[in-house]
Amino acid sequence: MTNRYVFMYASVMVVVVALVLSLAATLLKPLQEKNMRIEKMQNILSTIGITANRTEAIDLYEQYVKESKVLNNSGEQVDGDAFEINLQDENRKPADERQLPLYIADVDGRIFYIVPLRGTGLWGPIWGYLSFNEDLSTIAGANFDHASETPGLGAEIADAPFQEQFLGKKIFDNSGEFKPVVVVKGGAQPNDNHAVDGISGGTITSNGVTAMLRNGLEVYKPYFKNQKSI
Amino acid sequence: MSEEKKTIAKEKLFSAKNKRLLSDPIGKSNPITVQVLGVCSVLAVTVQLKASLVLAIAVVAVMGLGNVIISLLRHGIPPRIRIIVQLTVVASLVILVDQVLEAFVYDVSRQLSVFVGLIITNCIIMGRLEAFALNNKVWPSFLDGIGNAAGYGSILLLVAAVRELFGSGSLMGYQIVPNAFYEFGYVDNGLMILPPMALITVGIMIWVHRSRDKELVDVS
Repeated sequence: MTNRYVFMYASVMVVVVALVLSLAATLLKPLQEKNMRIEKMQNILSTIGITANRTEAIDLYEQYVKESKVLNNSGEQVDGDAFEINLQDENRKPADERQLPLYIADVDGRIFYIVPLRGTGLWGPIWGYLSFNEDLSTIAGANFDHASETPGLGAEIADAPFQEQFLGKKIFDNSGEFKPVVVVKGGAQPNDNHAVDGISGGTITSNGVTAMLRNGLEVYKPYFKNQKSI
Repeated sequence: MSEEKKTIAKEKLFSAKNKRLLSDPIGKSNPITVQVLGVCSVLAVTVQLKASLVLAIAVVAVMGLGNVIISLLRHGIPPRIRIIVQLTVVASLVILVDQVLEAFVYDVSRQLSVFVGLIITNCIIMGRLEAFALNNKVWPSFLDGIGNAAGYGSILLLVAAVRELFGSGSLMGYQIVPNAFYEFGYVDNGLMILPPMALITVGIMIWVHRSRDKELVDVS
């Protein structure tokens, strides 16, 4: 077989494969996006203590999440659909151009404010949702997930024992200063309202969570302060 | 051409030889317990039966189709780039499977995460393409692919069943161990959920398999 044949063969093969794969990706995209939206709803619901399976998620989300807002860096509401905002894109923008989504849920009269977060772990992106009580400081629920952290180590941030530590922690101290929750290597002090235990063997992921909380919540500070003073 | 047709007609679809292609890999040339290939994914995804079942089906699909495609192309593939061609075929099939899983069984696809992608590196697949599909007709290649994938899948399911039953007290996510047991102090074995127990379970299976089939015992 000549070189010419080998080159022709390889080129034709690559073109055929590219066509097949892009066709499949395009056809399946609507279904995949629907799945991702449902997962996002499930994650948001889980921070306010509601476990929804895939079929209920859309109904429950509409039932409990009463309002969603898009905020700017100074805490003012701007136009836009909070659910459609891609945090990955927003985090690349300068702080004063960012659009910040905020969800407000009402569970039998109890109001929750839910903030989405996104950061980086060891191997790839990590993200999550935090829900706050009406005082806009006490964490009512946390949900974290990751793309490719190490199973058994960094990946533990997606498990309940890590997330439950956040319940009742505060992001403002008694004097009203912003003091986000940090994930502490070697374990947090028992009475510390602003710290949780880190994951053994998952220090970089733990630090990633700390950074995500600091960067992700800081931009909401003006809004939270405004709301509290009202 | 006419002669070839005759031989095809003569050889039945499920002749004894073809049946062996299907049954051998499940038994005495099992890719996992005898050839000890593809062990990595066995260790990783066998915590729950459901994920293992989906991965087993995915491997059956990739191997069956991969073997058929390579067998169809076998006269045209330039020998110098045959490994690249095989890799391209397997990789695109795996991407297809991954996309389909993400669209139809999203939870399982999240759970399997990287392991669907890692089917590409499963040495059983490349091994069968290189050793069998390149030199055989389409139908036997298809059977060989399905057979080997089934041999792999059957071990995957066995290990997963053992680990889920003793590690979580359930099968396919349904609780099997009755609550009364827990009230008497029965505790799920947490070690079963960790990867080392998969290795030990596979080890025990290899032991049982060899002690029942003396042919497999390496005398040297």
